[in-house]
Amino acid sequence: MIDGVLVGAVYGLAAMGLSLIWGVMDVINLTHGAMIALGMFGMYLMFTATAMNPYVLLLPVIAIGLVLGIVVYWMAVHRVLGRSQLMSLLSTFSVNMMVIGIGTALWSTSPYNVNFTLPGITVGAYTFTGNHIAAASSALIIALALELFLYRTRPGRAIRAVADNREAAELMGISSTAVLAIAFGIGIALALGSGALVSTLFPFTILSGAVYQLKSFVVTVLAGLGKPLGALAAGVLLGLLEGAVTPFIAVSWIPLIEFGLFVVVLILFPRGIFGRATA
Amino acid sequence: MIFKRPSFWLILLIAAVFVYLPLRAEDAAMREDMILVALAIILVSNLNLMIGYTGYVNFGHIVFYGLGGYVGLYLVSVRGWHLPTAALTAGVFVSICALLFGLGVLRLRGAYFALATVGILQAVHAFVSNFDPWGRSTGMYLSFEAYEPLGGAMRALWTTYYLVVGVMALSLILSLVIKRSKFGLGLFAIREDEDAAVVLGINATVYKAIIYSVSAFLPAVAGALMFYKNGMIDPSIAFEYMLSIEGIVMLMLGGQGTVVGAALGAGLYERLRSYLLTSPKLSNFHLVIAGGLLLVVVLFASGGLIGWLYKFVPRSQEVVE
Amino acid sequence: MSVLLDVSGVSKRFGGLHAVSDVSFTIREGEILGLIGPNGAGKTTLFNIVNGVYKPDKGTIAFDGKDITGLSPDKAVKLGLARTHQIVKPLNGMSVLENVTVGACFGRESLGLHAARETALEVLKQVGLVERAASPARSLTLASKKRLEVARALAAKPRLLLLDEVLAGLNPTEVAQMIDLIRKVRDSGVSVFMIEHVMQAMMKLSDRIVVLNFGQKLAEGSPIEVAGDPQVIEAYLGDSEIADKLMEKN
Repeated sequence: MIDGVLVGAVYGLAAMGLSLIWGVMDVINLTHGAMIALGMFGMYLMFTATAMNPYVLLLPVIAIGLVLGIVVYWMAVHRVLGRSQLMSLLSTFSVNMMVIGIGTALWSTSPYNVNFTLPGITVGAYTFTGNHIAAASSALIIALALELFLYRTRPGRAIRAVADNREAAELMGISSTAVLAIAFGIGIALALGSGALVSTLFPFTILSGAVYQLKSFVVTVLAGLGKPLGALAAGVLLGLLEGAVTPFIAVSWIPLIEFGLFVVVLILFPRGIFGRATA
Repeated sequence: MIFKRPSFWLILLIAAVFVYLPLRAEDAAMREDMILVALAIILVSNLNLMIGYTGYVNFGHIVFYGLGGYVGLYLVSVRGWHLPTAALTAGVFVSICALLFGLGVLRLRGAYFALATVGILQAVHAFVSNFDPWGRSTGMYLSFEAYEPLGGAMRALWTTYYLVVGVMALSLILSLVIKRSKFGLGLFAIREDEDAAVVLGINATVYKAIIYSVSAFLPAVAGALMFYKNGMIDPSIAFEYMLSIEGIVMLMLGGQGTVVGAALGAGLYERLRSYLLTSPKLSNFHLVIAGGLLLVVVLFASGGLIGWLYKFVPRSQEVVE
Repeated sequence: MSVLLDVSGVSKRFGGLHAVSDVSFTIREGEILGLIGPNGAGKTTLFNIVNGVYKPDKGTIAFDGKDITGLSPDKAVKLGLARTHQIVKPLNGMSVLENVTVGACFGRESLGLHAARETALEVLKQVGLVERAASPARSLTLASKKRLEVARALAAKPRLLLLDEVLAGLNPTEVAQMIDLIRKVRDSGVSVFMIEHVMQAMMKLSDRIVVLNFGQKLAEGSPIEVAGDPQVIEAYLGDSEIADKLMEKN
């Protein structure tokens, strides 16, 4: 049960990336799952190469994510921003295809693992897995950092200004292109970061990202767009729900239940639970 | 009225080519190649109704095909029905399901709907994998006796080929008819600006549900025909996500929103694909190349090849629809 | 003149914001009713409620005696209510003619494609856009797009036309042309309910005016009555130009 909360924090982190991009530029980033998978493999590769503490390696993974995100923005997103949402769906989807294609060619669909275990903490009869605690803590730290960034720094405020009203922001001298590129970069960095954390918790394949992408969507519609701590909370909620349901239902049904939840929430709250009207 | 459109005759010409070529060559291998192209055209032109006409991406389009295959095969192998009735019933059954489901799920706007369609595909896949009467994950197969009513296995293969070509022609003609109809105009309005369309008097949810259902019919019929021909079905070959994705690539390549674009995109991509799959080096990069192609089209030529044609030869819009 | 639209006790909240509070008024057949108020007064929200885009929390809307409260916009059009938007919404990928044909096809008369195209051409002639019939909607100037928006609404053969700031962004010549058009529309038997900021136009065109402020009805009456109303003047004092114009009318 508590494990559910801890894993849920990582779900929240993953969702933050999706939610940020969605909130700032109204783009539904269909590369999200592939980027999570890249985070998993990124961590794996670095860990096997350096044998350093994965939680330290998290930083370079996130940095790579930022750069990668900016690249993807220029490649696939910048030109389609003014056009229908259909186009940005398809452009990000195409990048997803390419990344998964290359990933499958490199790593096939075999499972991989990051073999690093932190000692757990035992309270009474219950042992909390060390990795879970570390992952949740990392997620929390990153979430707080993001919240601080968005609300206390100039670049962060610029991002929120562009999210609110791009034209007005430009009139105030903010280069919206730069802001959008960075926001996208941060979104991808978060995706890679969450993937890296997941790699320390469970075995994974190149296709695992898709499962977390779905969870990110569920968390995002529950929490509303663009609120990092909200996403974290909703992620924890999802983790709890999963923990409650897992003993009774086969694991393969869980994605379907989550999908059902996603659809139901959207139908009942067509503009998102917290009423953020889409552009 | 539709007979006045040059594109109508273009469609008949395409169908004629499909009928004539393998027949004249008496070549079963060519027929097997061409049936795949014909199938791609069916899937893509019906997908076009959602993506090109209405502006709604359906990532799980293949679900209609797979479900149609299951219903058709079930009716023939277990219930002993004849192929034509089984195929038509499969089409009707799947479109009714699509209509009912659509009325619910098409309240979702554009992108949300697109995401939901992935889930629909996975849900149906999971359901069928656990559904006893349809063989769960092993699926069903057809015994040779099932081909007797059509004159034995050999003749049945040819007959189903012609039937599939017929469905292909129907799909293209359906696209043309809808495009020139009041209903089609309503769909285009939804595509351009759904809020404006509603304010102009179009019940968007109903229109979307109807076209979703219509786009399910012929692929389901084709599914029944194809899996009858193949003699077997199981969840993994019925609900191949990859085929759904490739459908989107083919459509965008050929020219979404146009009638002939579907045929063009499907034809070209099939050639590309068979080359990729047989080349030892490139087969791993199938997905990468398809993705790259899609990205290039979306970024630089969102109207596809036919869109390009329209740009350079504006008059062609009237002739090649 | 019989009552065409009867708005009674309508209220709408968005979270903590009372966008519209207990607003009541009527529109009689054949009249032009103006709706004015400072920015954020709730005018477009009121339109959205009448039109069916929003459901009111309280109150009723009756059109020609029928209760249409909360009726969806597509059904409202079929009854004879058409509207234009403050920020124009042309169907960009379609031609001017196709845009107006959509209006005719799905409007009050539910015409077939052929008849709808005929009607569309007629309407385009009325608004003066017929030479641009084949042009893509996205290629029009703002003034033309506004006329297209009106044409599209007219093609639906409405009995009541809702115009949301149709004069905004137009130069004086274009404003004069649009005023002319609106008069012609009324003379052809269509009642008009219009939101406007261009005060002179409002004073000239409207038979009666309703003034909204902070979601509440502040005043209602003839243009002169409203212009002389001290509460109205006070509400507009923030905008001295308008206050001057209103004072001029005194």
